[in-house]
Amino acid sequence: MSNKFSVYRKEHFNAAHRLNNPNWDDATNQKVFGKCNNPHYHGHNYELIVKVVGEINPETGYVIDMKELSTIIDTHVLEHFDHKNLNEDCIEFKDLNPSAENIALVIFQKLRNQIDSALDLQIRLYETERNFVEYPHTI
Amino acid sequence: MVYITRIEHFNAAHKLFNPKWTKEENQVVFGKCANENWHGHNFELHVTLTGSPNPETGFVFDVKKLSGIIKEHVTEKLDHKNLNVEVDFMADKICSIENLVIGIWNQLSPQLPTEVKLHALKLYETPRIYVEYFGGK
Repeated sequence: MSNKFSVYRKEHFNAAHRLNNPNWDDATNQKVFGKCNNPHYHGHNYELIVKVVGEINPETGYVIDMKELSTIIDTHVLEHFDHKNLNEDCIEFKDLNPSAENIALVIFQKLRNQIDSALDLQIRLYETERNFVEYPHTI
Repeated sequence: MVYITRIEHFNAAHKLFNPKWTKEENQVVFGKCANENWHGHNFELHVTLTGSPNPETGFVFDVKKLSGIIKEHVTEKLDHKNLNVEVDFMADKICSIENLVIGIWNQLSPQLPTEVKLHALKLYETPRIYVEYFGGK
């Protein structure tokens, strides 16, 4: 039986965004993205759940120090995205549509570099209470 | 009297900014909420009416009709919008949730029939921050 545990840290950030594909004309963007395409932006309270999977370190009893994980998320995600316009203020989305899927992907890539490669990582990102995504995919 | 509440939600961008102040003064008072390029929230609005149940229907007010009134006069004007630049009833106002809840009250109260009273609005900006308004000053 696996000795692996899943541990989770929940954080949140508030941001503006719009969905737009610059390769399409305005009518096509409006048709595909609807009100999410509003050129004046809209926004969300994003809720982020970071899942870390691994074996317990026998010295500490931890899979990962949650305080360290919190600091990593704060430094590498929240300080970049909180109270920002994802399209205008964040270099990560200069050429990437800030859909919940792409935001989760960017967050995964930022955190993956900061967390011990022996630990697995998964991102769950809530855009609203009713819409959320997970990356990487698992069944 | 019975109190009945309908909950609706809208997602919008805004910033806190006083045009009479310099950029630096706005930054001191409003901090990251003053970001010139906006930020945003999932807002949740609780609309509470009070009245006596109608003996024919059992309703204080038909909540389906209430939902339609809120949609037409509030959420269609606010959802997926920039509250500072696209909302007629917030023009020239600082876009705080305090001012927004008063604006929503003024949108809704003229739409309700005299047999019910708009009792309270509760407006959540985040799950941790909300305002309540009961009308008046």
